[in-house]
Amino acid sequence: MIDYTKVLSRMVSQDIKPSGIRKYFDIAESMEGVISLGVGEPDFPTPWHIKSAGIQSLEQSKTKYTANAGLLALRGEISKFLSRKYGLEYQPKGEVLVTVGGSEGIDNAIRAIVSRGDEVIIPQPSFVCYEPLVRLAGGVPVIIDLKAENEFRLTAAELREKITDKTKMLIFPFPCNPTGAIMEREDLEAIAEVLRETNIVVLSDEIYSELTYGESTHVSIASIDGMWERTIVINGFSKTYSMTGWRLGYVCAPAPIIEQITKIHQFAIMSAPTTAQYAAIEALKNGDSDIERMKAEYDVRRRIMVNGFRKLGMDCFEPRGAFYTFPSIKVSGLSSDDFCEQLLYSQKVAVVPGNAFGASGEGFIRASYCYSTDHIKEAIDRIGKFLKEIK
Amino acid sequence: MNIQILNLLAKNARYTVSDLAVMTGLDEAEVEANIKELEVAGLIRGYKAVIDWERLDNAYVSAVIELKVVPQDEYGFEKVAENIMKYNEVESVYLMSGTYDLCVIVKGKTFHEVAMFVAKELATKHEITSTATHFVLRRYKELDVELVNTEKDERGAYSL
Ligand SMILES: Cc1ncc(COP(=O)(O)O)c(C=O)c1O
Repeated sequence: MIDYTKVLSRMVSQDIKPSGIRKYFDIAESMEGVISLGVGEPDFPTPWHIKSAGIQSLEQSKTKYTANAGLLALRGEISKFLSRKYGLEYQPKGEVLVTVGGSEGIDNAIRAIVSRGDEVIIPQPSFVCYEPLVRLAGGVPVIIDLKAENEFRLTAAELREKITDKTKMLIFPFPCNPTGAIMEREDLEAIAEVLRETNIVVLSDEIYSELTYGESTHVSIASIDGMWERTIVINGFSKTYSMTGWRLGYVCAPAPIIEQITKIHQFAIMSAPTTAQYAAIEALKNGDSDIERMKAEYDVRRRIMVNGFRKLGMDCFEPRGAFYTFPSIKVSGLSSDDFCEQLLYSQKVAVVPGNAFGASGEGFIRASYCYSTDHIKEAIDRIGKFLKEIK
Repeated sequence: MNIQILNLLAKNARYTVSDLAVMTGLDEAEVEANIKELEVAGLIRGYKAVIDWERLDNAYVSAVIELKVVPQDEYGFEKVAENIMKYNEVESVYLMSGTYDLCVIVKGKTFHEVAMFVAKELATKHEITSTATHFVLRRYKELDVELVNTEKDERGAYSL
């Protein structure tokens, strides 16, 4: 009989753990009457005119592979979008690559830069994919524990402390899933100051760039003096246009980097989904008002949720981006895992433990506001009951 | 005038003052004052539920009536429109561009009742030169609310 323990890659089967986000979802799925604040994807349908562009492309039999880098027309629109929104300039030919979600872009960018033994600095709590993907590329994750008292922003001092001669890359996860933290221009200037004289490449995951709340809108670190040449920007359509299932994203970087990332993409993927690419052209051309509409709705929900948690006596820093809140569960006296498990069994509310996003997320939970206001209020009511119960 | 409050109430008239305060970042007194102002200024004309009457048997039927009207000196279409809108059977009255002049939405218990109303009350007015009655057979969406095939939340636990 085959011995799978001998067959499977040691790295994948032992060093890579499945995402901790799933743990309570699986229990939740087997229970009746659970309401969730767990998902990390928008509830809005993809706007009709965008769907329609996809349908039209199918009717016109646009069902072949596209250029490896993606349709040139789409790369052109991406280039215009980044210029108009963030003042970033990328040439459609050579500096833009269309990928299967931001996810593929992150993976390929890491693989194109990181060699065995290279250190990659990852601020946490942050998106769950960075650490395993760095390991798969042979890199060594170096974690920075972001602090609630800094509003989960990365400070220059924290960064400087972790840089060694082996540091190859900094993962830059803002606006941040799960904390909702953003980095404002002054924050970015300070980080740039540390990086400008180094050979460290910044992987800036800007998938939530259009979802920021309050006065200041998103600033890309690539737009800060001296940073363009050392930054790889990841973005995509999933969150901005509510297009998660279309699986489309993109990577922008200086040509020598895109050239290498494109090689990996070419061999592993060939080209991103064609239908999705046609829909995405429409999204970029005529989707600005959709973004505004959805963002206004998220903002209302965000306020309701933050207010709800604070009224329950939970410390909840005001998230300025993405669509998550990251309240402290200190008042409960429980660990993140115990909180999530007991809350699920007692009040049937599913949330994600903060430590799924790194050890520094311990003591917090992630609650998404990709839900209707009624749903959010019901969930917060139940969390209130739970807190009373365990007192 | 607070447009944000208008937009929120347009979506859900049952948001409470304290909900609206949280949603807009205003304090409750400001929200209350704003709503009062919107009501007094006549921007907010009422608060009604969106009801799917088809779920009740024989609830009511409605029809869209196209009217051609001879405009009157001085008043144009105003007098006729204002006269028609007074009937309880009339739900909405609009002045239209295009091939006819007034669009009137009429409701009644049965098709017959609506037809009789049009024949007796509308067709007989001397300013009205023609009527065309179109009965509503099925409602798919009413006041922004989808009444059929409302989309279920099919998001699974797949996102990270
Ligand atoms: C921070 C962050 N980056 C990237 C992604 C990947 O999204 P996609 O592959 O759908 O573009 C996600 C999705 O949850 C995310 O939260």
